[in-house]
Amino acid sequence: MAYLLHILIIAGIYIILTLSLNLIIGYTGLPALGHIAFACIGAYSSGILALNFGISPWIGLIVGACAASFFGFVIAFPSIRLKGDYLALATFGFGVIVYSISKNWIDLTRGPMGLPGIPKFSFFSYELQPVWAYLIFVLVFIVFTTFIINRVVDSPFGRVLRSIREDEVASLSIGKNVNRYKITVFVIGAFFAGIAGSLYAHYITFIDPSSFTVMESIAVLLMVVFGGMGSIKGSFVGALTLVILPEMLRFLGMPSSVAAPLRQMIYGGLLVLLMLKRPQGIIGDYRFR
Amino acid sequence: MNIAVYYGSVKAIEDVSFNVNQGEIVAMIGPNGAGKSTALKAVFGMVPLHSGDMLFDGSSISALRPDEHVPLGISLVPEGRRLFHSMTVIENLEMGAFNRKNGDIKADIENILDMFPSLKEKRKQKAGVLSTGEQQLLALGRALIQKPKLLLADEPSLGLSPVYVDVIFDKLIEINKAGTSILLVEQNARMALEIAQRGYVFKIGGIFMEDKGDMLIENEKVKSAFLGG
Repeated sequence: MAYLLHILIIAGIYIILTLSLNLIIGYTGLPALGHIAFACIGAYSSGILALNFGISPWIGLIVGACAASFFGFVIAFPSIRLKGDYLALATFGFGVIVYSISKNWIDLTRGPMGLPGIPKFSFFSYELQPVWAYLIFVLVFIVFTTFIINRVVDSPFGRVLRSIREDEVASLSIGKNVNRYKITVFVIGAFFAGIAGSLYAHYITFIDPSSFTVMESIAVLLMVVFGGMGSIKGSFVGALTLVILPEMLRFLGMPSSVAAPLRQMIYGGLLVLLMLKRPQGIIGDYRFR
Repeated sequence: MNIAVYYGSVKAIEDVSFNVNQGEIVAMIGPNGAGKSTALKAVFGMVPLHSGDMLFDGSSISALRPDEHVPLGISLVPEGRRLFHSMTVIENLEMGAFNRKNGDIKADIENILDMFPSLKEKRKQKAGVLSTGEQQLLALGRALIQKPKLLLADEPSLGLSPVYVDVIFDKLIEINKAGTSILLVEQNARMALEIAQRGYVFKIGGIFMEDKGDMLIENEKVKSAFLGG
């Protein structure tokens, strides 16, 4: 039972990541490949604050999300003028840089040794020790994220995002400051990715750079594309499916040395199959052109 | 008003000077790659100026971003229409009116639809399923709803059936009569010069002739070069 709840928590954290990336990729049409870097910043910010300064995870969560947001702005500001593939490469590079820093800045992050013993969240004096309690906690954040992202994409602001996705020149010609909208989207997306990272850090209580490799960004990207770009329901479907499906491999009795590469192969195979047969995802309304 | 635009280090247009008086239709014609569209894009701020200055209503617009032109009263009908294909006709028009804070937008949308009856029947349809001509009308409508003083039209007849070319040019005259100045870039030189009060003829990288529209049609050089003898 605890195992099942654990999987659901991890899936929940991925749902938040997927929703936030969907805002950038699915709704605005910006190919961003470094999304896990924002989660990395969120996780390390709140982890380091809690361990080195004894600061409550609650404040760490907020600081982590804001730090991720800030770096969302820092990466978006110079690279937003890039189009298509070039933006993808720039964000990919950003993902690699953040990963390398977390791995090599030993004084701050302890590098590959990771940060053990990160405290859990607690309500007043009640620590969120039981798994079910943390699941409810994560659910609250999923509801919060869904609510905000839904409000964003359903607003006039969201319609401008879709207009940018459809045709940037047209959006310019009707008097939209396209770059400002794109930067805002990165800032919002990074904020929620930061929350996801912080939730992860305080749940697992141990973080190391291997959780934030570029492959993870690709996995989140796959969840967005699989579920459907530009669809909130799609993000749920994508994240749940792609977290739970590989877990099934365990029941086949495969050793983890086989299961891990097999997971990558399944992801890769799925992506190819999807692009061929259903490029808009399971319930999406948009595909890359 | 002498402006120059470079793409990187490549000179696109240099020492180009033109003006549009209030209430005028001005046509820019010339061969492919002469820089007509570049000049138009420069007016709308979509390409940065290398040198020179542009004035609108007496104040400089050289340093403005594209989106800052619309509130001033300059609207663009982009080349190739550039509609939002997955949105309906109405939604496309609403997008055009997005930045307007004053006035009755609903009524204005109805006015635009009255102006283009063929769109009125298809108001709930997606822009992507319209014919090319209808799409061009919609692109025109989307710019008009911003109530521009100066309308920039980039190749509005491109890819249209002959019937719709006539419709578009009729509409441009109608719009102009209602008080909007128009700067028109066109491949269809004869049609453009027929409706324009004045015209500029581009050669590669600059302007080599300016005259009244009907004078240019009669001009032997222009005739042999662009009007097919």
